[in-house]
Amino acid sequence: MFAEKVIELLKEAERNKETIDQFNDEKIRQILEEMHMLFNLNMTDANASSENKSLWTAVQIRHSALERNKRCLLAYLYNRMQKIKTLRWEFGSVLPTDVRELLSDDEYLWFTKYSTNLASYMRSLGQDIGYNGIDLTENLKPPKSLFIEVLCMVDYGKLELEDGDVIMLKKNSRHFLPTSECQTLIRQGILKQIV
Amino acid sequence: MDLEDDIEFSNDEEEITADTVLKTLQSAWQNERLAPEILPHRNDMVECMLGQIQHMERNINKLPKTDLRASIHKMELSRIKFIICNYLKTRLNKIEKYCIPILNEEKQRIDSGTNYLTPSEYKYAQEYLLNLESHLKTVVLNKVPNNMQTFEMSKMAVYPNLQTHVFLQANETVNGVVLEDIFGDQDEEIDLEEGSQHILQYKPIADLVKNGKVQLI
Repeated sequence: MFAEKVIELLKEAERNKETIDQFNDEKIRQILEEMHMLFNLNMTDANASSENKSLWTAVQIRHSALERNKRCLLAYLYNRMQKIKTLRWEFGSVLPTDVRELLSDDEYLWFTKYSTNLASYMRSLGQDIGYNGIDLTENLKPPKSLFIEVLCMVDYGKLELEDGDVIMLKKNSRHFLPTSECQTLIRQGILKQIV
Repeated sequence: MDLEDDIEFSNDEEEITADTVLKTLQSAWQNERLAPEILPHRNDMVECMLGQIQHMERNINKLPKTDLRASIHKMELSRIKFIICNYLKTRLNKIEKYCIPILNEEKQRIDSGTNYLTPSEYKYAQEYLLNLESHLKTVVLNKVPNNMQTFEMSKMAVYPNLQTHVFLQANETVNGVVLEDIFGDQDEEIDLEEGSQHILQYKPIADLVKNGKVQLI
């Protein structure tokens, strides 16, 4: 059956809706190959079909298969792009290596472009009134309280707070910190909120 | 909590209190979150509020750290910051999702001077679409057979669902809102009384949301 591989590809991506899988280079190559094969068959038959109308249906079916392949491939890429976008909001502009490896080189390029674009938009916010931008990736959740209790997961070292105090973040130490200052560290997995 | 305690805010053209700015911003945020399509930007309010925040932060820093007022004000500030961030983020999400139709419509709106996006949002949208297109091209489109290599804008476009239903409250009395009957030709006309609440399709009341006559809830 034509266009079977592309469905496998989509099903695979559909299975893990929340997380991103390894970019399936090999399968995409196979699908592209199938498309070229279909296209070549169609070219020969289309040239012959001016005399022989019976080939016409075959040409049309192959053409639909081609269209379907293209559409599904684009859907696959688009879907992954949406996931990569959420990565930018979760991790910031630098991806952890294990996540980075799941993206293809082109996707990583796209991630960098997206990230730069977002950053330059955020920098432009409030520029007219002397602000140097707002980081929209902070304040993702509505603030509940000014301070939260956090547990440090790794030996991070010194952290300087906005008011100038310096605290030492050691593994398994507990701190009572301003919510606004530990959001990023929590997302990076350095701190963990204790309820 | 009221903000006027700390700041007397005056505008060149008209007197407007920080409280009004916050209320306007809140309703703009609420509308933006609930409306399916992008709404005209309220950058004036955002910038005004940001100025206020700056001002208040300076005031708070003058207070001793242990002062109860300082922490209450800080809490309020972080709430306001959240509203602003979330408002801008909601807009960005819509811009990304409905990038193609928004850009097309925006081009006409810029000509008539009724743009919905701020200049930096517009730049962001263009850049986003450009990146999207070049990514799809390098990965797939350039490798498929010759006759299918085009990036079909119309096929890639995602449109907001204007037929969706929304909850709303009328800020003032509006007479003669026409509800179209898609299947038949029996259009219905209704009047919205001030303060009354309704569940209606978004499309017929879209203009009322944009000019502030109704509030989505």
